[in-house]
Amino acid sequence: MPEMNMVQAINDALASEMRRDDRVVVLGEDVGKVGGVFRVTAGLYDEFGEDRVLDTPLAEGGIIGTAIGMALYGMRPVPEIQFADFIFPAFDQIVSEAAKMRWRSGGEYSCPMVIRTPVGGGIRGGLYHSQSPEALFIHTAGLKVVCPSNPYDAKGLLLASIRDEDPVLFLEPKRVYRAVKMDVPEGDYEVPLGKAKVVREGSDVTIVSWGAMVYEALAAADTAAAEGVDAELIDLRTLWPLDVDTIVESVKKTGRLVVVHEAPKACGFGAEVVQLVNEKAFLHLEAPPARVTGWDTPFPYSMENEYLPLAHRIAPTVLETARF
Amino acid sequence: MSDDDPTLGLRRVLRDDGSAQPDTDPFLADDVLLGMLRELLKIRRIDERMLGKQRQGKVGFFGTITGQEATPIATAFATEPSDWIFPALRESAIMICRGFPLGTWLAQAYGNERDVLKGRQMPSHMSGRATNQVAWSSCIGPQIPQAVGAAWAMKRRGERAIAVGFMGDGATSQPDFHAAMTFAAKWKVPCVLICQNNHWSISVPTAKQTASATIAVKAKAYGMPGVRVDGNDVLAVYGAIKEAADRARAGGGPTFIESVTYRMGPHSSSDDPTRYRSADEVAEWAKKDPIDRFERYLRKAELLDDARRAEIVASLEAEISAAIDEVEDLGPPSREVMFDDVFVQPPWHLREQRDELRALPHAPSGH
Ligand SMILES: Cc1ncc(C[n+]2csc(CCOP(=O)(O)OP(=O)(O)O)c2C)c(N)n1
Repeated sequence: MPEMNMVQAINDALASEMRRDDRVVVLGEDVGKVGGVFRVTAGLYDEFGEDRVLDTPLAEGGIIGTAIGMALYGMRPVPEIQFADFIFPAFDQIVSEAAKMRWRSGGEYSCPMVIRTPVGGGIRGGLYHSQSPEALFIHTAGLKVVCPSNPYDAKGLLLASIRDEDPVLFLEPKRVYRAVKMDVPEGDYEVPLGKAKVVREGSDVTIVSWGAMVYEALAAADTAAAEGVDAELIDLRTLWPLDVDTIVESVKKTGRLVVVHEAPKACGFGAEVVQLVNEKAFLHLEAPPARVTGWDTPFPYSMENEYLPLAHRIAPTVLETARF
Repeated sequence: MSDDDPTLGLRRVLRDDGSAQPDTDPFLADDVLLGMLRELLKIRRIDERMLGKQRQGKVGFFGTITGQEATPIATAFATEPSDWIFPALRESAIMICRGFPLGTWLAQAYGNERDVLKGRQMPSHMSGRATNQVAWSSCIGPQIPQAVGAAWAMKRRGERAIAVGFMGDGATSQPDFHAAMTFAAKWKVPCVLICQNNHWSISVPTAKQTASATIAVKAKAYGMPGVRVDGNDVLAVYGAIKEAADRARAGGGPTFIESVTYRMGPHSSSDDPTRYRSADEVAEWAKKDPIDRFERYLRKAELLDDARRAEIVASLEAEISAAIDEVEDLGPPSREVMFDDVFVQPPWHLREQRDELRALPHAPSGH
C-alpha cells in the first residue's frame, strides 16, 4: 500500500473517480495547468484535458454558479475554492441556490457536487488564508459538510462525497496537507458520510474534534493520560449530518465533554455539539461541557499559535473537566 | 491578448530610441523626472531585499511588484495628498512615495511592534491613514466599489479629493468590478479605477480570464471613458492618470485605465512561475523593462549619466538598509492586542477571552 499525504490522497481520489465516471469535472482558479496552488489537482489537466479540468476566470460566484448548472444537467462537478476565506463571493450561490435546489423544486432538481476548499490556520496566512467557516454552512439547511483529518479518510470521504446525491462542502485542513503521511489503499473505497471515528478510547472524558485540531486533541489526551486522566477522542470526519449517536454513546460512558475547534467560539459548531449532548444525555453529565476554540477575533498573522486552540490550551480544560 | 487595440490604441510617451512622443509627453520638470527614477529604483530594490528576507525566513511572505513599478509610482506623482488610494496587491508602495516612513512601512512585512496594522495582516498588505492609503483585504475585488463609494462621499461634500481604486486583470472577472463600474459611471463620481493588466492571475493568463480583446474596452459599455496605456512607460501612465484625475476633480466623472504591464517575478514568494509560463515570454518582457526605458529617456535628455545613477543607487541602498536595520529586530506585538479593534471597545466576551489568554503560557514557537 503506498504512503500518501493528504494532498496526494485527495489527488488520487479525484483522478480515480474521473477515470471511473466521466461526469466528474474539476473547475476553479489555477486548478488546471499548474495543478492548484496547493498542487491538489496536479496532473489532472494533463490526463483529462481542459474540457474536464477548467482553469476558470477569477470569480467564485461564477465557479459555483456554473457548477450548479452543470450539476443540474447531470454532471458531477468538483469545484475548488482556492481558500475557504474566498468562498464568500460564492456564498449566495451556495446557501441560496445549491443548498435549496432540491427542496425548492419539490425534489425534481438537485445539484450533487463537491465544493473542495482548504481551511484553517497554521501556514502563516493571516486573516484571509486561515479561516474555518464550517458553522456558516452547517447552519444552512441542505448542505453536507465534511472535514477529514488524515489522508486515508480524505480519499474515502471524497469518493463518498462525489457519489452522494447532495451538495457537499469538503473542507481540507491545510495544516495537515503535507504534515501527515500514511498508508492509503490505491483502489476504490469509501469512508461513509455521517460516521465519526473514535481515534482514542478512554473512560474519563470525551473530546470531540475534527480536522487539524484532532492532532492537538490527541497530544492533549496524552498529556492528560500522564496525569491519570483517560480521554476518549472522537474525530467527527463528517460535521453535518452529525454522527450524534457516537458522541452520545461516548458521553454516556464518560459523563464529560470537551469540544475543540479552530473556528471562533461564538456560534461555532461546538455550541451545537454541546447542546445536542445536553438534549440527549443531560442526565449522564457529571461536568459542564467545555469548549476550546479560536478566539472571537479575526485570525491574526503574527500570533497564529496564540490564536489556535493548541494542545497546551486543550490539556488544562480536559483535566479540569475530568476532575470537576 | 495583443498589446494594441485598434479602437483604443495604446497610450505611450517613451519611444524605443529613448525620445518622447511630444503629443503625449507630460513635460515634467527635471527634478520631478529624477525624483520618479529614484522612487522606481527604490521600490525595485525593496522588492529584492524583501524577497531575500523572505528566503532567509525573516519575513513570512512577500508579493513583489517587479516590472510593474511604473503604475504605483506614476500614481503617487499624479495624485494629491488628500486623494484616497484603494490598493490591491501590487500597489502597497504608493504610500512610501506619498511620504509614509519607510521603516514603519517595512515593519508591516515583519508584523512586529512597529507595524501600524499590529501584526494582523500578511506581509505586502501595507496601509496607512497618514497617507490616505486604505487597508485592504487579501480578497480580490472588494476594494473597487469601495473606492467608488468614497468618491461619492467626496463629491457629496464638495471636496477636491478623488479616489483611486486598483485591481489586477483577474479582479475584472469579479462581480465587484462590474458593480463598481456600473455605480461609478451612473453616479459620475470623482474616481479613477486602474487595472494593472500584468498578463497573469497566478497561473491563469489574461487570455483565459476574458474573451474581450482588451480590458479597457469594457469601460465603454458601462458608460465611462476607458484608456489603455503602456504600463511600462511611467510618463504615459502618469499622463493618463493625471488627465483622469483632472477630469474627475472638474466634475467630469470616473475614468477606467488599463495599464498594460507584466509581472516579472512570481505571483508571490509562494509561487513558482516556471510551472506555467515560458522563459521566452519573460525574456521578451524584460526587454520592455519600465526602469530601463525611463533611464534611456533620461540619458538621452542628458539628465542622467553613470555617475549620477551610481549616486542615486548608493543613497537608496543606505536609506533602505537603515530602514531595515531600524525595524528588523523589533519584537512581536503583544499577544493581547489581538482583542483590540474587533470593536471600538472590547465587549465582555473579548475581555474574558483576553484574560484567559493572559493567564496562559506562551504558545509553542508562537510567532
Ligand atoms: C476572492 C479571491 N479569490 C481568490 C484569491 C486568491 N488569489 C490571490 S491573488 C489571485 C490572482 C490575482 O490576479 P490579478 O487580479 O490579476 O492580480 P495580480 O496578482 O496578477 O496582480 C488569486 C486567484 C483571492 N485572494 N481572493
